[in-house]
This record gives sequence, C-alpha cells and structure tokens, in this order.
Amino acid sequence: MNPVDTEPGTAATEKVPFWLDAKKRAVLFQAATLCGVGLLGYYLVSNVLTNLERQSIATGWSFLGKEASFEIGESMIPYSAASSYARALAVGALNTLLVAFVGNLITIILGTIIGIARLSSNWLVSKIAAVYIEVMQDIPVLLQLFFWYAIFYETLPSPRQALNPVNGVFLCNRGVMFTVPEAHLAHAYMGAALVLACVAVWAVRRWARKRQDRTGRPFPTFRVSLAMILGFPFLAWWLGGAPTAMDVPELQGFNFKGGLTMSPEFFAVVMGLVLYTAAFVAEVVRAGIQSVSKGQTEAAMSIGLRPTMVLNLVILPQAMRVIIPPLTSQMLNLTKNSSLAVAIGYPDFVSVANTTINQTGQAIEGVALIMTVYLVFSLSTSAFMNWYNKRAALVER
Amino acid sequence: MSEAVEDTGYNPEAGILKPPVTNVGLVGWVRANLFNGWFNSILTVVTLWFLWKVVPPMVRWLFLDAVWTAGSEACRDASGACWSVITENIRFILFGFFPYDLQWRPLIAMFVLFGLLYYSQDRTHWKKSLLYAWILGLFAMGLLMRGGLFGLEPVDSNKWGGLPLTLLLSVFGLAAAYPLGVVLALGRQSTLPGVRWICIVYIEAIRGVPLISLLFMSAIIFPLFLPEGVTINKILRAQVAIILFTAAYIAEVVRGGLQGMSRGQYEAAESMGLNYYQTMRLVILPQALKIVIPPTVSILISAFKDTSLVVIIALYDILKTTKSVISDPEWLGFSREAYLFVALLYFLGCFSMSNYSRRLERELKTD
Repeated sequence: MNPVDTEPGTAATEKVPFWLDAKKRAVLFQAATLCGVGLLGYYLVSNVLTNLERQSIATGWSFLGKEASFEIGESMIPYSAASSYARALAVGALNTLLVAFVGNLITIILGTIIGIARLSSNWLVSKIAAVYIEVMQDIPVLLQLFFWYAIFYETLPSPRQALNPVNGVFLCNRGVMFTVPEAHLAHAYMGAALVLACVAVWAVRRWARKRQDRTGRPFPTFRVSLAMILGFPFLAWWLGGAPTAMDVPELQGFNFKGGLTMSPEFFAVVMGLVLYTAAFVAEVVRAGIQSVSKGQTEAAMSIGLRPTMVLNLVILPQAMRVIIPPLTSQMLNLTKNSSLAVAIGYPDFVSVANTTINQTGQAIEGVALIMTVYLVFSLSTSAFMNWYNKRAALVER
Repeated sequence: MSEAVEDTGYNPEAGILKPPVTNVGLVGWVRANLFNGWFNSILTVVTLWFLWKVVPPMVRWLFLDAVWTAGSEACRDASGACWSVITENIRFILFGFFPYDLQWRPLIAMFVLFGLLYYSQDRTHWKKSLLYAWILGLFAMGLLMRGGLFGLEPVDSNKWGGLPLTLLLSVFGLAAAYPLGVVLALGRQSTLPGVRWICIVYIEAIRGVPLISLLFMSAIIFPLFLPEGVTINKILRAQVAIILFTAAYIAEVVRGGLQGMSRGQYEAAESMGLNYYQTMRLVILPQALKIVIPPTVSILISAFKDTSLVVIIALYDILKTTKSVISDPEWLGFSREAYLFVALLYFLGCFSMSNYSRRLERELKTD
C-alpha cells in the first residue's frame, strides 16, 4: 500500500503477525475501545428507554412551556406561579449568576487582602492570615453555608425587634433591609453612562499606551479613568433631574415593606462561598506575588521608575500571569459551588431544576439542563483562559 | 579589663561589636516583626485590640460558660455554648440509625481503619504484607458493618450512617478514584486518537459540572440505566458518583506530572527496550506521581470534604445526622455548637492529610 515499503524489508515485515505490528495493534485497540464504549452507551440508552416506557414517564421538552405553579422566593425578573417552567428556570439561572457575580467580586477583594496580609512583615497579621487560610480550607463549604444560615436564623431578632445598626439599614431574621434610592428614569441613564465610561476608559488606556510607546510621554491614565467612571454617571444623574427621593424599608405587620431586602438564604450562600473561596484565592495571590523575584523590583528601580510605576509596569504584569489561571479556576469553583444553595433553600438554578424534576418527573431532562448550564459556564471560562494564556504567555527568545 | 569590654560591648581581640540590646532577644524580635515602621505599628495595635475584643468573649462562650453534659433546659439558662447537644446525642451523630445495641461494631471497624491508616503512614511499612493487612482489614470492616457471618446479626446498609458512612465514602472514593484517574491521565496523553478523545471528553465534561448534578444523577437517573429488576444500593450509587467525579480531577493533576517529564526519560526507556507498560510503570509514573503529590493531596482533601454533599440526596452522613439532631425540637437553636463540632472533625481529617503530604514530600525528595 505504501510505496516506500516495497523494499527487501517488506518480506520481513509481512511475516510479523498483526498483533505484534504497532500500527495495526493501535487501530485494533482503538476499535475495541470505541466498540466497548458504544456498546455500553447502547445498553444504557436501551435500558433507559424501556424503563421510561414501563414507568410511563413523559419525555421531551414540552414541559418547558407549561405552567410551573410554584412560587420562587426571590426573582430578578417578574415571575409568578402562573409563569412557565422555562421562565422559572430563567429566574434560577439569573439567581445563580447573581450569586456568582457578587460572590466572585467580594472573594477577589477579600482574598487579595488576606493574601497580602499573609506576606506582611508584621508577624501577628501574617500568622492570623495563615490560620484563617488553613482553617477555612479544611471545612466543607456546605457546612459553612449551614453554619451561616443557622447564625442568621438563630441569633438575629424577629422583624419587630429588628436591629438598626446604621440609619436606614435593618437587620432581622427575615433578612437585611437597605434603603435604596426610589426608582427613577435617571438611574437607567446612570447605568448607561457607566457602560459608556468603561468603554471610554478602555479607549483612553489604549491610546495612552500607544502614545507612550511612540513618544515615551506618560499619560495620567488612572486619574482620568477614575474621573470618567465617577463623573459620567454623576453627570447623567444631574441631567436626569437629580432625584433624591429614598425608598426606606418600613415595618408593616410581620415584615418590612419597601427598600431592598437581602434574604437570609442569599446572605448565607454568599457569606459561606466568599469566606471559603477567599482562603484559596489568598494562596493564589500569595504565590503570584512571591513568583516575582526581588531582582525585578531592584532592576526597575535602578532604571529610575517611580514606585507606582514599578508596581504597575513591572511587578503586576508578571504576578498577574501567574495569578490569573488559578484565580479563574477558583472563580469557576465558586460558581459551581453556588449549586449548594439548593441545600439551604436559595432558589438558584439547581434548586429550581430540582423542583421541576420533582413536579414533572422528567429527571433526565432536568439533570441534563443543570449539566448543560454549568458546562456552558465552564467551557466559556476555559475558552477565555486559553485566549488569555496565549496573549500573556512569555515570548521566549 | 573584662569589665571595660562588658561596658562598651567591644572586644578588641576579636574585633566584634555586639549588637545593641534593642536588636536582639525578645525586644529585638518585637521591634523587627511587629513595630517596624509606623504602618506596621498601627496594624499591630489595631490587631491586638481586635483580638482583645474577640478572643476573651469567645473563650468564655466556648469553654468557661459552656454546658457540657446537662440537658437542654440547663443549656437554655446558660450563657455559654451548649456542648451537651453533642454529648447527649453523640451516639446518633456518630452512628446514625445503626441498631443501638450493635454500635460497637462500627466503632471497632473505625478503630481498625484508623489503626491501618496510622500503621501505613510509615514508609518502611510499605511491603506486600501491608497490602494483605489492608485486604484483611477491609474484609473485617465489611463484616463488622454488614454482619451475617460468624453469628453477627445482619444489618441492612440503609441503616449505615454517621461517621462510618463519611469514612466509607471517603476511603473507598479516594482508593478507587486514584487508579482510575491515573488511567484517564495516561489515556489523555495516549498517541491513539480514539482513546485520547474519549478521555478528554470524559475529563472535561465531569470537571465542568458540579458534583451535585452527578449525585442527582446517581440518585434519580441511575436506576433508569439498569435493566428491570436490578437495583443498586443508594450508598453504592453515591459512591460511584464520587469516584467518577474525583477521578477526573486526579487525571488532570497526574497529566500535569506526565507533562513535566522530559522527553529524554521516554527515549531512554525506549532505548532500553522497555515496552509501553514497562516504561510507564518503571520509569515515568514513579517520577510523575511523585512531583504531583501536593496537588494530589489537595484533590484528596477536597474529595473528603465533598462527601458532605451526600446530605443533599438524603444519605445520613455525619453532617446529616447532626442536622437531624438540631432539628429535634428539644435541641432547636443549638446549631452553632453542633456545626462547630462537625467542622472540628473535618478540620482534623484534612489537617492531618495535608501535614502528611508535606512530610511525604520531604521524605521522597531525592535532590
């Protein structure tokens, strides 16, 4: 078959039995593996089909359009028991995203602080950070969720005796109630202005870096960015009529009305996830900072860079290269662990899907939905990671 | 003359100037580590104030004012922690629904397990006889839990619970996931595309989903996979889910070790005429597995912690037994103490694992 092989050696190779020929053996081995996996799959699927038929369980996705007829405690979009299952699942997915977003944001801030504290030259601070990291990493996150939920429920008073630590904030076992500005059109403008500011900051940074590369003249990027991020929304608020009306929570009957309520479930989920994951993030940050050798700082200072420039131009870019990949995987862990919210009754995606499974009996579709949603999160994150790694990888000489 | 030397701290013969007293000893240590610079001084003072505010009340609550053995009424009067929620219910927390009179059996089984683990941690004991000891020990533990032989009363596995269940899920989970993970890692590094792709899809799919979804699958969907009439015990199903989940993570860690091996190792093994199996067993794996000890242990630790997730599919592991104790009206409101107790148990387990891994890493260091 292969023209190169038609040489005197061919006679010898032909005598080799096929189980000793590496290539043929490889093909055979793979075929056997694929056959095995395929047969196993076929066996399982056929069992499932007969079982579904026998137990007369409905299949397919038509349940998504039906009325869900269960209430969901907290929702970011309008939802009632009369809404469809699809909408209920969307509410759950949004709640998961909310926990993931808020949790990751606080985790990164807290984890960075603890990581830096661990490296502090202050013995006491460093030891406290070390104890925190060791203890928090060694306690299951589910247990921490239960613990914070119990603390909230058992130690805080009922709404009538609600604590009022700061003016406009109430603490009770129904949640934390905040005073928020009353809904006004200007707030939508402010949000748009913030997005605009972010785009402008990105453009200015790009331009400033190009100009510095070309001419060597630095631009006060940080101050300008800060001014834009704060200034644009303020301007929008002022132009929108400067609304100052506040929505203050008030005790009505057995619970508070008005304001923004953070439920005990949300509090426990975020608290548990943040305190647990922050311990891991702290280790990531510590390793990242330690990975930049002292010589880098000294070299940067010896060419006359100011301390802020040393940090921004020399230390951080190198530390970030080490920090970002494990940091992303910790953020992904937090997102996946947010599925534990089901255990304390926060209506995240898994919780809603679980209720759906219990009501419709369509377990396969339900679990498949859960897996798909999380797979989409994970795969998009790892796609981002690959892109980042390619961009940030050291170009070796 | 000697007095003059003492006074100035200067010894003309040796030419050594003693450091000032504020740089050495306790004072020196405090100055160097707690009060170097204004920022650190403020930080130290703030931290000390914070500790002073937190630690004494905590100690008072945890130990001094605590109630250790009295009933729940005494607890409600006391201002401290109510540890009697643990001491009064310890047998249910530890053994769950295992028949009350037979609870000595899981107790002995746990002692056998701890004894074997303790004996195995010394590397000089790693011989064939240890393997036999483990096989014998596992058989004895299974017998103690299950019964039905040698006049032991049989106990249905639905009644297993508490700490033995947590340990069972962890030990078997880790022991089975590790070899499976190594095989998956080898498969992912394989030159055969068919094998490689199966392993990649498996590893990435499992790593992308939360363990809960696999546990749901084991609890709800898995029975549908089986032909009619065949049922598999719920504990075993959860066990399989934990094994499949952990193996994917171990595979990624081991792959890191395999990629860390230089090509020269493979080439050297090939040039000596070793086949694939021999190359892996004698040359590559011993080195690759050694360099990934720390990440492997952190995977094992998280697998140990993750066994607590079986609470969600209503298996009575130690967290679930504790939860059902504190949902008893008599003990309502003492969750903090109960959770702290369970947290302490998990902490001890994880902490000893991570310490052991550090020791093993030190002992195995060849360079």
